[in-house]
Amino acid sequence: MTADWQERFKTFFGIKWPKLLESLGQTVYMLGLALLIGAVIGLLLALLLVLCRKGGLKQNRMVYAIVNVYVNIVRSMPFIITLVFVFPLTRLIVGKTYGSTAMLVPLVIFISPYMARLIENSLLEVSPGVIEAAQAMGATTRQIITRFLLPEALPSIVLAMTTGTVGLLGATAMAGYVGGGGVGDLALTYGYQRYNFPLLILTIVILVVFVQLLQLLGNRVSGKLRQHR
Amino acid sequence: MIQIDHAVKTFADGKQAVHTLRDVSLTVEKGDIYGIVGFSGAGKSTLLRLVNGLEKPDSGSVTVAGQDLSGLNHKELLLLRRKIGMVFQQFNLLEGKTVRHNVSIPLLLAGTPKKEIEARVKEVLRFVELEEKENAYVSQLSGGQKQRVGIARALATSPDILLCDEATSALDPQTTESILRLLQRVNREMGVTILLITHQMQVIQMICNKVAVMEYGRIVEEGAVLSVFGIPREKVTRRFVRTVINDRIPEKFISVVRNETRNQRVELLKFIGDSVKEPLIANLCRMEGLEVNILGATIQEMQGSVMSVFILQLIGEDALIDRAEIQIDGAGALRERMVFQA
Ligand SMILES: Nc1ncnc2c1ncn2[C@@H]1O[C@H](COP(=O)(O)OP(=O)(O)OP(=O)(O)O)[C@@H](O)[C@H]1O
Ligand SMILES: [Mg+2]
Repeated sequence: MTADWQERFKTFFGIKWPKLLESLGQTVYMLGLALLIGAVIGLLLALLLVLCRKGGLKQNRMVYAIVNVYVNIVRSMPFIITLVFVFPLTRLIVGKTYGSTAMLVPLVIFISPYMARLIENSLLEVSPGVIEAAQAMGATTRQIITRFLLPEALPSIVLAMTTGTVGLLGATAMAGYVGGGGVGDLALTYGYQRYNFPLLILTIVILVVFVQLLQLLGNRVSGKLRQHR
Repeated sequence: MIQIDHAVKTFADGKQAVHTLRDVSLTVEKGDIYGIVGFSGAGKSTLLRLVNGLEKPDSGSVTVAGQDLSGLNHKELLLLRRKIGMVFQQFNLLEGKTVRHNVSIPLLLAGTPKKEIEARVKEVLRFVELEEKENAYVSQLSGGQKQRVGIARALATSPDILLCDEATSALDPQTTESILRLLQRVNREMGVTILLITHQMQVIQMICNKVAVMEYGRIVEEGAVLSVFGIPREKVTRRFVRTVINDRIPEKFISVVRNETRNQRVELLKFIGDSVKEPLIANLCRMEGLEVNILGATIQEMQGSVMSVFILQLIGEDALIDRAEIQIDGAGALRERMVFQA
């Protein structure tokens, strides 16, 4: 790219081209890592909910009640509140409360219960008959999870995660504003506050394209997994 | 092979107690095809699930292949389940996976070496006549083929016992018959003891050697199929037997009986196998002063034997009909007097 091109970019959008790239990188970083960790924790919580629920394979009222209430509480808090509320924890884990890495803590705490609910629904869709067949074969609980429950629910889980990821993208924008950087921060700090309308539009376009791509990918993967059903 | 003694099972449905099994005892011998028949909600599935420990009785005991289930720890119970195959009404297969994957799953769970799995899967698929579908996806199969996969999966670990929960209830009559023939081969060629539940008397008639009738959590009648079909004692049993053996007078003839002014009796006769050594009906017709009308007749095949049912209208003096009855009883037929309200 020529310097001339970059110069024009700066006059039009009010920021330098590398700044945009950096923001994009920060968003992808927060989104990717929070998604990865959040999905794993979400999956574990979902499994606890499904196994311990009434009539589940390892029925346990106590565990179910605790996880259920935890998930409900976190899910009923707006992200911005969660974000501020967990500052002490963030400082404990990361050592500071600003920057993309620090934002991972509230993002994971925010997204994992959301994922848990979505994945719980996917797991509950698995035919009880298949689970009964697994039990009749003498499968251990672990085998039922790995050989029956998860493979059967996978296409649905992929779609659930796609929905979760789109929700997470919104949260990264807010986290960015509070100190995490990223595209959302760009839109609010440079676009909104400096009345930079073109930049605002650009960030919106970027976010829209992002969501579209995510959804497309999710649908594709899920469809592929569902191919022979 | 399977022995259930005084099993009781009560579920809590909200505040209400559902008495699903009320003191059920049952003995299945090695080599049996034992059928349990009953209307929906009688407790059949629950009884069947006692056998592989999917359900535990509140009281009473379950003994399978000499092992008391209540004495087994969890791991021993899982091992026992591998020796008991189970087949379901809705097949309960992994629809999105191949036939091979479905059949190999029980072997994978048991930690069987890959080579052996491959060979065994081919073997059982050949037995159920689905070799060519090994790589097909279950979702592409017909109901009958799916049930064959279900049976192949249940047989993969070479079980001694096969439990069938309404295995043919989702299939059309023709497919039902082919699946029943397959189960019969499983029993005869592989020596597998089969315990099946159904609400279709045809299933019992076609392949079972023993039958138990369940109602409201109890076994109300049981025995060899021929004798239960021949002399059903309980009302439910009669209702079930009637679904395969028509022992009613055709509507058209009811008025014939009603309008008869002469002295008459209507008799229901059942002959099992070659139990009739003499030409009974011909002999009755030869009795002086007795008029014999056949109001209905059916023949049913079961258990490699034949059961024929006749409904006779006997017209004549009481003393004469008494003699005719003695003749019938002497000929080895099961006789029952049918009563009509005018
Ligand atoms: N896990 C359970 N919890 C509560 N009630 C149950 C449970 N399992 C069975 N029941 C009740 O027990 C009764 C008998 O059920 P079961 O499934 O054994 O009957 P069935 O004879 O197999 O009927 P069907 O022909 O409809 O399958 C029903 O009233 C059912 O509601
Ligand atoms: Mg049932």
